[in-house]
Amino acid sequence: MLSLLWLVPAIPLAGFAALALLGNFRLPRAVTPIVGAGSVGLSALLTVLIGAQYLASPPAGSAYTQTVWNWMAAGGLTLAVAFRLDALSLTMIFVVTFVGFLIHLYSAEHMARDEGYNRFFAYMNLFVAAMLVLVLADNLLLLYLGWEGVGLCSYLLIGFWYREEANGRAARKAFLVTRVGDAALAVGMFLIFVQLGTWNIQDLMPRAAAQWTAGSAVALLAAALLLAGALGKSAQLPLQVWLPDAMAGPTPVSALIHAATMVTAGVYLIARMHVLFSLAPAVMLAAAVIGAATLLLAGLSALVQRDIKRVLAYSTMSQVGYMFLALGAGAWSAAIFHFWTHAFFKALLFLGAGVVIQSLDEEHDIFRMGGLRKTQPLTFWTFLIGACSLSALPLLTAGFYSKDKILWDVWSSPAGGPVLWAAGLAGAFLTSLYIFRVVFRVFFGAPFAKTQESSPPNQPGIRVRIPLLVLAVFSIGAGFVELPEALGNMPAFSDFLSTTLPALTVMAAAPGSEVFLEIDAAAAVLFGMLLAYVFFLRRPGLSDRMARTPAGNAIHRFWSAGWGFDWLYETVIVHPYVRLAARNKNDVFDRLVDRLVTRPYTWLARISRGDFFDRIFSWIADLNAGISRALGALQSGYVRWYAAGIAAGAIILIAMAVLQ
Amino acid sequence: MNAAFYVSGAVAVLTTAMAITRRNAVHALLYLVVSLLAVSLVFFTLGAPLAAALEAIVYAGAIMVLFVFVIMMLNPGSGSGKGEPILGNWRIWIGPSILTAVLAAELIYLVSRNGTGSAGGSEVIPVQVGSALLGPYMLGVELASMLLLAALVAANHLGRRGLPEEQGGGEEGGI
Amino acid sequence: MAEVPVEHGLILAAILFALGLTGVLVRRNLLFILLSLEVMINAAGVAFITAGSRWAQPDGQILFLFILAVAAAEVSIGLALVLLFHRSRKSLSVDDAIGMRG
Repeated sequence: MLSLLWLVPAIPLAGFAALALLGNFRLPRAVTPIVGAGSVGLSALLTVLIGAQYLASPPAGSAYTQTVWNWMAAGGLTLAVAFRLDALSLTMIFVVTFVGFLIHLYSAEHMARDEGYNRFFAYMNLFVAAMLVLVLADNLLLLYLGWEGVGLCSYLLIGFWYREEANGRAARKAFLVTRVGDAALAVGMFLIFVQLGTWNIQDLMPRAAAQWTAGSAVALLAAALLLAGALGKSAQLPLQVWLPDAMAGPTPVSALIHAATMVTAGVYLIARMHVLFSLAPAVMLAAAVIGAATLLLAGLSALVQRDIKRVLAYSTMSQVGYMFLALGAGAWSAAIFHFWTHAFFKALLFLGAGVVIQSLDEEHDIFRMGGLRKTQPLTFWTFLIGACSLSALPLLTAGFYSKDKILWDVWSSPAGGPVLWAAGLAGAFLTSLYIFRVVFRVFFGAPFAKTQESSPPNQPGIRVRIPLLVLAVFSIGAGFVELPEALGNMPAFSDFLSTTLPALTVMAAAPGSEVFLEIDAAAAVLFGMLLAYVFFLRRPGLSDRMARTPAGNAIHRFWSAGWGFDWLYETVIVHPYVRLAARNKNDVFDRLVDRLVTRPYTWLARISRGDFFDRIFSWIADLNAGISRALGALQSGYVRWYAAGIAAGAIILIAMAVLQ
Repeated sequence: MNAAFYVSGAVAVLTTAMAITRRNAVHALLYLVVSLLAVSLVFFTLGAPLAAALEAIVYAGAIMVLFVFVIMMLNPGSGSGKGEPILGNWRIWIGPSILTAVLAAELIYLVSRNGTGSAGGSEVIPVQVGSALLGPYMLGVELASMLLLAALVAANHLGRRGLPEEQGGGEEGGI
Repeated sequence: MAEVPVEHGLILAAILFALGLTGVLVRRNLLFILLSLEVMINAAGVAFITAGSRWAQPDGQILFLFILAVAAAEVSIGLALVLLFHRSRKSLSVDDAIGMRG
């Protein structure tokens, strides 16, 4: 069963090929989702079977490597296309295929009326294939291949409705900003190769540990470059500006790429290369600080958004900040645990938001919604479950266990500390505040438009209901794989991951401190929910009046604009560059090329127009014309002329006789 | 007798030159008749009496008379009397003069290069000519007669006025 | 009979022929052209007679007879054509016969 590992990324890739080549013209519309969702579903099934076998009888060293083919052998570089299955990658591929399959199933109905139905599934399949290659890759180059692949698919899918120019701009923005990170990652990869001589992950990590001393310049540089790559892909400070605009794509895209999988690629990279990062404590601190700052910044921005998808985008940014915080503190498995639960409830939230948006005819503004609790009961309950999980409602939800683990690990890790823990706590408060703001605005209260009352919107079909229900179940139950000490002490997940990721070395802590911290976290969450209830359900006018005060208005606008990063980048980078490019339209290089290449070439073409061979041929033609004219003149029609001709002929003949 | 040859020859040349440069057709004809008679005399001095006689009778007597008839019919007095400025217009003489001068020069050169013997030593009497005509040249005689018949028919046909239908009712083209 | 060198007789023929040719090339009137043609034919006859007289054979005169017959036939047909030409074009200028201009 394990030998079928290569099929897991191959089947979606084949699905992409089939849809791309046969799509619009051969496949009937009903077959497209069968191919699209079916390929991912097959991969998910395969993953479950492979995982079952892995858990039942783990291979030697808890890892299984399958080499598909030898990619290149050039000089000192030997690379193969090889997939490695260990605890970390198994977790990742399960999430990608399983959640991916549910989202594909959802899209079969959600995108059913779209004209680009086939194109959508083709791109989604390509994305899933690239993401699977990324997480299964045995060496950095193959990982980079998947990295670039998911970046490409993100661009294609954000700009899916390409006829709107704004969507194209958002796609370009995403691509360019992540490109900065990708470039840094590439440079980091080259540095690693030059220093360590290999790109095979399992080989380079021991070599790094042997050759580089902790805190040395080369380790710091390599780790910093990899971190920069991760920051771009995962939309953390300072490369986070692309994620809110990426909501221009269809909702399933936001669910799959910008919530559950692609934005977590950075987290995966750091977790995978944890040895490298352990050798660069300063970089880890930077990652933790960036994570903390991002989660606060994004949380505050999410609080003032009107577009429901933008709220969820900032929320994703914030939750990935939690993961970075954990990674920076050395809590590798906590970060992956949070990734695990976050995939489920964030996808659930996005899918629910998609149902809401579609039922209200593409209305995104939460202040134009209301009362959907009664008209969309299933959507309401599943969305509520997702919101509770996101805000880490104590004990009942998966989000609680993962977020709690992060907070505890950050508090007790040598690389963490109280300050970072406080940031995480404040973030938890903000999270429940902003998400319940959305819940109360959208599902409670009076319906916004009269039309909502008169014509109840269509209920979602079975293909939408099943993913919502399944994800809701997982949003509750996925956390039970890792129970903290105080609540049962079943660290199954981290034990599972410990074969790949080292456990956190915690400082000795006071015995009751974990319970104390959990109570603090629970209090923050519940306080946030209460505040949201007060502000957004009981007295909705209160927050509006606060926002209308001059200070409140300024703060509101500042947070709404993502803390001004867009404006900053626009002014400092984009505008000067565009001006420079426009001014250089006739620059030195342009003129040089003109003089050296264009002018001589046109001169040559011009003189060749009447060139030597041309002249010969036209001369022949002219000669013929001339002879023809001359001979024509001989036929003047005059009898005397003809008589003279005869006489001349006679003379010539006689002359020939004379000359003999 | 040689003098007769040279004098007649000179007369023939002179009158021919006059004949081709007259404006009036009748004048030219008369000059030509004199030329032909001079040539006839040349024949006689060369010992060909029959040819001399035939020249005078047929050429000067029949062919030239034919010309006279046509000139009378066509009455080209107005046409050729004033139309062509022949002697005055020297331009039209250049090309033909050169051509004919070259031709004459070539012929004379050829002739004088291969000069052999003398002519006119003995007379060839008509009896010899007649015997030869009815002997070896019988076929030629018949052919000549055929030719003349053809010329007769052709001249008759060509000389008609209009088509046979236009010429009244039943008159067939008779000989 | 006169004893004349053959060359002189033939030179006479050549001169007469050249004069006839000049007349053909110079004159525009059809009748004059025909006249000049007759001169040329006559000159050919002179050549034949001279040759026959050189060898004291009747062949020269016989050929002259044939030439005469041909000249007569040609003249008759030629004049008939001149009549037709005059009838259709009302002119005797040979420059009007320019239909073969090519």
